[in-house]
Amino acid sequence: MDVPSKGTAGGAQRTAARPPARTDVTVSVNGAVERIKVDNRASLLDVLRERLGLTGAKKGCDHGQCGACTVLLDGRRVNACLILAVTVDQAEVVTVEGLTDGTRLHPLQAAFIERDAFQCGYCTPGQLCSAVGMLAEAAKGRASAVTADLADDAPVLDEAEIRERMSGNLCRCGAYPNIVAAIGEVAG
Amino acid sequence: MTTDIERVTGTALDRVEGRDKVTGLARYAYEYPADDIAYVVPVPAAIARGTITGIDPGDALAVPGVLTVLSFRNAPPLAGNDPELRIFSSDRVSYRGQMVAAVVADTLEAAAEAARLVHVGYDAEPHDVLLRPDHPEAYVPEKVNPSFPAVSEQGDVEAALGDAAVTVDTTYTTPAYHNNAMEPHATLAVWSGDRLTAYDSNQGSSTARDMLAAAFGLEPGQVRVVSPHVGGGFGSKGTPRPQIVLAALAARAVGRPAKVALTRQHMFAVTGYRTPSIQRVRLGADASGRMTALAHEVEEQTSTLKEFAEQTAVPSRMMYAAPNRLTTHRVVALDVATPSWMRAPGECPGMYALESAMDELAVACGLDPIELRVRNEPEEDPESGLPWSSRNVVACLREGAAWFGWAGRDPAPGVRRDGRWLVGTGVAASTYPARRRPSEATARATADGRFTVRIAAADIGTGSRTALTQIAADALGVPPERVDVRIGDSALPTASLAGGSMGTASWGSAVAMACVRLRERLDGAGGEVPEDGIEARYDTADDIKADAAYARHAFGAQFAEVRVDPGTGEIRVPRLLGVFAAGRIINAKTARSQFIGGMTMGLAMALLEESVPDAEFGGFLNHDLAQYHVPANADVANIDARWIEEDDPHLNPMGSKGIGEIGIVGTAAAIGNAVHHATGVRFRDLPIRPDRVLDRAPQIGGRNL
Ligand code: FES
Ligand code: FES
Repeated sequence: MDVPSKGTAGGAQRTAARPPARTDVTVSVNGAVERIKVDNRASLLDVLRERLGLTGAKKGCDHGQCGACTVLLDGRRVNACLILAVTVDQAEVVTVEGLTDGTRLHPLQAAFIERDAFQCGYCTPGQLCSAVGMLAEAAKGRASAVTADLADDAPVLDEAEIRERMSGNLCRCGAYPNIVAAIGEVAG
Repeated sequence: MTTDIERVTGTALDRVEGRDKVTGLARYAYEYPADDIAYVVPVPAAIARGTITGIDPGDALAVPGVLTVLSFRNAPPLAGNDPELRIFSSDRVSYRGQMVAAVVADTLEAAAEAARLVHVGYDAEPHDVLLRPDHPEAYVPEKVNPSFPAVSEQGDVEAALGDAAVTVDTTYTTPAYHNNAMEPHATLAVWSGDRLTAYDSNQGSSTARDMLAAAFGLEPGQVRVVSPHVGGGFGSKGTPRPQIVLAALAARAVGRPAKVALTRQHMFAVTGYRTPSIQRVRLGADASGRMTALAHEVEEQTSTLKEFAEQTAVPSRMMYAAPNRLTTHRVVALDVATPSWMRAPGECPGMYALESAMDELAVACGLDPIELRVRNEPEEDPESGLPWSSRNVVACLREGAAWFGWAGRDPAPGVRRDGRWLVGTGVAASTYPARRRPSEATARATADGRFTVRIAAADIGTGSRTALTQIAADALGVPPERVDVRIGDSALPTASLAGGSMGTASWGSAVAMACVRLRERLDGAGGEVPEDGIEARYDTADDIKADAAYARHAFGAQFAEVRVDPGTGEIRVPRLLGVFAAGRIINAKTARSQFIGGMTMGLAMALLEESVPDAEFGGFLNHDLAQYHVPANADVANIDARWIEEDDPHLNPMGSKGIGEIGIVGTAAAIGNAVHHATGVRFRDLPIRPDRVLDRAPQIGGRNL
């Protein structure tokens, strides 16, 4: 097999060395206003983790395929690895660190401990932020792929609904039954 | 000191680090702070086999913020005996994705951009990455993991098969699987003079320390590996992986702390995977279903770099009685990354084949599959002749049958319809060895009434930190709130790996005995804790050498209900029940999580997961989480795990058997057997994908419907 090489020593075209474009961004993170200059290539996830020291949001794939990086952006759940930080100017971001009220755990956090809805804990911040966002979606009457009555503005979050709506958050430890139980308990 | 409190082992204590994990405060390797961290992004090889003819780092170095580009051209040689870890040691490429260079930069963005601009020239050679039956290069290895003979033989299996009233002769295949822990392999390396600290994601900090010391020619005392929280491993973080060496190399090259986290795509190349397997199983039985012959012959792959021979047929040496027996392994060294440990190596793929064949034998004999297994119970370990320390597979099958509602099951395949679904149920047995390895621990009492236990154990999500807290509390006779367990740091007393389901048994033995010693000391001191505390240490090496000869295994039974849509090929698993006999269960809550986690992986093994080799370019085609189907929440319905309490005095001070792996063993067979019961068709190649079901839809539609 002949694999073409991408240019060998000495023969390559040099790319011009340009300093990276940076942009000033003002963003509220867990209620605190942050003014930062971000590299335009940087994802929200990397800015949270590497610049703001908020390592709660996790990187499992960096490609929107696992949900470990889920945070709330203006109240909606998003994959922070798919959001360019430069686009969040004037937005509100909530990460898992922001779910706690002082020392009081969010009811989902408490239910996750009680139901053992995690093992290694690496998917957990994403599961929790996703669950918060999901409960808000359901409260607004948003349907899922398994909602029988699309006109229903208060879909009941039974196990099938929770499973479906939480399927963007992978858990390799396989805590799914406990995640569903914990969320179901809080959803009431 | 209170001594009359209730035992805390066996209870459902919440995970002691649970609060840290739900608040985002639990730090994983990549998340440790350090001043002036440099970011490292490796460059994977674009060919499967050949020689690097040139590395042009010019464009990469021109990216602002790039500090250096490492490759075999400039990296210092590394020592150590694992060729997968001697990165940048030569111009040879042994598999696609092997690290051939790395960029170190001020920011992650700069390093990632520059990594794409490192121009690597190759002289590619023809490669072979496909395992296939009767591969001309297949050979019998000297041993299979960890140290079993590759071939074992008892009696005359061919003659017995010739004489048997009923025979089964089938071949099953399993694809490659990737562990895919959610936390990518990551390391932050910090040098201080000739001392190295690595914050690393691994299954054993003592092991990682020893490897790093060997690689860099240091004394183990010069290296510290810190890993208090690890985002899953499933075997892939047992053997240290190249990112730890790369981080240390890079940090030394730029004179700053340096960190690397592998991309998900790159994890498919350099963090190990389970070998694909081709397994022929032949069973012979008399008319009543008593087996006279069992042959299990396995072909699997290894790499050209080093031999890794999975012990796939080994469970067939102990699972059932049969006077005539043959188990063999052959491996082929392909132009692939070296396969490695993945949850229940050996037992997981091997029991899939054996337990599927047992189901086929039950059908051939006209026997209930549980009854067939009961009839073939061995009184002692068939090959070694050793007595069982305890063996309760029959109890698991019987109790499980009652819980699952097995009684009255119509054995006829392909006859139950519910709308578009065909419905079936299946069962398989499960097993995993119960071993322990030497470890050391200290236990310390302080004047404030608290106790600190130290051991370089790992909690990769297993709940070991919590289990060890319970074990210590009981050994000390105090409530668990008064015990702090420190783990995940090679500066702590040396401990064995989290692997082989040996963690809690190994570490728990050391912790329990250190606590017993401490209590003796405290009693000797009249119960008074001196001002500066009092400590005891225990090393289990001698105890383990003196362990009596028993065949020690955990057992289980897996029950599955499946629904198959022959029109779309979709398969759902509405119910999965695992029943396990694994000694004493130390934590009812975390143990259940371990079992259902393993069963979930087994479900995915049956239906979803496979790593598809790229015949044309090497490596794997589906190397990300969009294309490699780790099960999602909606793939899993009702999974339950139960257990039978065992009182086995031949194990360890806790009377426990490991539980991290047995959950994945037998699950895929139970599901495959249920699919047969539902459809009347045997699918012998995993995973049972919709297209495979559809390919055989004419057979399904034509039978009994
Ligand atoms: S890290 Fe963002 S989805 Fe996986
Ligand atoms: S808890 Fe480990 S991946 Fe979900």
